[in-house]
Amino acid sequence: MRPLISLESLAKRYPKAGGGETTIFENLWLSVNKGEFVCIIGHSGCGKTTVLNSLAGLERPSEGVIIVDGKEITAPGLDRAMIFQGHALLPWKTVMGNVAFAVSSRWPKASREEVERKSQAVIDLVGLTGSERKRPAELSGGMKQRVGIARALSIEPKIMLMDEPFSALDALTRGSLQDEVRRICRETGQTVVMITHDVDEAMYLADKVVLMTNGPAAMVAEIVENPLPPDRDRTGMHKQPDYYALRNHLIDFLVTGSRTFRDHIPPKYDPMKPPLVRPGATSPGTMQREDALQAH
Amino acid sequence: MTTSLNARSAAISALIAIAVLLVWHLATQSTASGPALDPEYAKLVGATATTGKSAMPGPLDVGAKLIEHLSHPFYDKGPNDKGIGIQIGWSILRVAMGYGLAVLAAIPLGFLIGMSPVMSRALNPFIQLLKPVSPLAWMPLALYTIKDSSKSAIFVIFICSIWPMLINTAFGVASVRKEWLNVARTLEVGALRRAFSVILPTAAPTIVTGMRISIGIAWLVIVAAEMLVGGTGIGYFVWNEWNNLSITNVIIAILVIGVVGMALDQALARVAQAVTFPE
Repeated sequence: MRPLISLESLAKRYPKAGGGETTIFENLWLSVNKGEFVCIIGHSGCGKTTVLNSLAGLERPSEGVIIVDGKEITAPGLDRAMIFQGHALLPWKTVMGNVAFAVSSRWPKASREEVERKSQAVIDLVGLTGSERKRPAELSGGMKQRVGIARALSIEPKIMLMDEPFSALDALTRGSLQDEVRRICRETGQTVVMITHDVDEAMYLADKVVLMTNGPAAMVAEIVENPLPPDRDRTGMHKQPDYYALRNHLIDFLVTGSRTFRDHIPPKYDPMKPPLVRPGATSPGTMQREDALQAH
Repeated sequence: MTTSLNARSAAISALIAIAVLLVWHLATQSTASGPALDPEYAKLVGATATTGKSAMPGPLDVGAKLIEHLSHPFYDKGPNDKGIGIQIGWSILRVAMGYGLAVLAAIPLGFLIGMSPVMSRALNPFIQLLKPVSPLAWMPLALYTIKDSSKSAIFVIFICSIWPMLINTAFGVASVRKEWLNVARTLEVGALRRAFSVILPTAAPTIVTGMRISIGIAWLVIVAAEMLVGGTGIGYFVWNEWNNLSITNVIIAILVIGVVGMALDQALARVAQAVTFPE
């Protein structure tokens, strides 16, 4: 099956202050299948935002191509919807106005009633019914981000791109929004690429987690398949048998692997096909760790 | 608490007004009768010399004259005797035309400067050079080239009100947040729709602030300009009444200028309130 998104030999370089260039990342390959929820994890400066912005078309990579649904991406477009970290709502428009702005951009010929009807449907979907006439300043942080999600969903995009969408929210609000996003994505089969710092968020939401090493010259170390069952819930997730294997694997990578990977590149490592791993009871890595624990 | 604050401040304002009027009234009263004079001579030198009456009118004189003016604001008895309503109407018309032209020029030009760093830098020296020039310095040049005193006054209003609007529009447009522009880009919004539905609402509060500064300057300048060009207008009225030595009418003109200026400012303050959005 042809993947929906394919990043091929992507590189981003910035001119250095004293001449020369800094390579943020190069020879980066990544593909995402339709309906997949992919999280990109890595430390600040590894270029994950650049990858996402390039996918959105807001930035141009220095090298390489991005192909979405068989077409090369060179500019922003309505087939991809971005959810911004700072929600980026237009403060002079109401909730309805913000969503309707997106809807009427997607369907310029739609009648006023149709725009309103479509907008209302997504506002209901994200649970903001009754707040249509409020302005962003009257909403809490979580509600603002719900509007951001509604705006992104309203244009029925092929891909949703999220740049740390919940990082500015408190833990409780973040949890309920994660539930909401997971429900919506599972109902609609939405393809999502999301950047996060939060390991638990990635474990709960992602089907695959892309691990990026530290920049500059960052690379995709591996792609971790989520072994948790698809019907997992946020509160009971830690009782799943593979939970700790996955969590330890991700945290180990963030603590040490992201730093040391470059010096210990596995012999069979191929940047075009980063290794796909599935931590869990059957993974030899965790077996060893459990054996070691039992030995104590 | 707020109502009591309003009530207290209003009471103090009223007290100040009463005190000022009282002092004014006492200061301009006739003091003493002067030496007895030949009635013919006394008529010649006037009340100031004979009875000690100040040439400065008291508040009651001004009040009586004001009522007279307001009851017949639009009479026209030849070029040097027109109602105050007609005079102020001319001034408002000139300001409206000069200011209107300035709005039409400054906002599109400000958009251009705000959106293009190249144009911003290219035009900056001209703006910096022309902005501090007193608008009245343009008057001889305007009279020479336009050859019409009324149109020259309009030009002077135009040239003095363009700068604050131009600078504020450019600043407002240039400081539109990048993320809002990114929203428009990801939604493939066209240039015209982006200008009207993203950039204009963001810059509107700054633009209206510029417009408010401009109308204030325009209203200051029109009085001086009309003193120079003459003919009609409240500025000409002030100068004419000074030549008539009618201090009463000069004071009335000052009051009327103040009231109209305040009304113009408040009107734009309302507009500013309407376009301001909470973040």
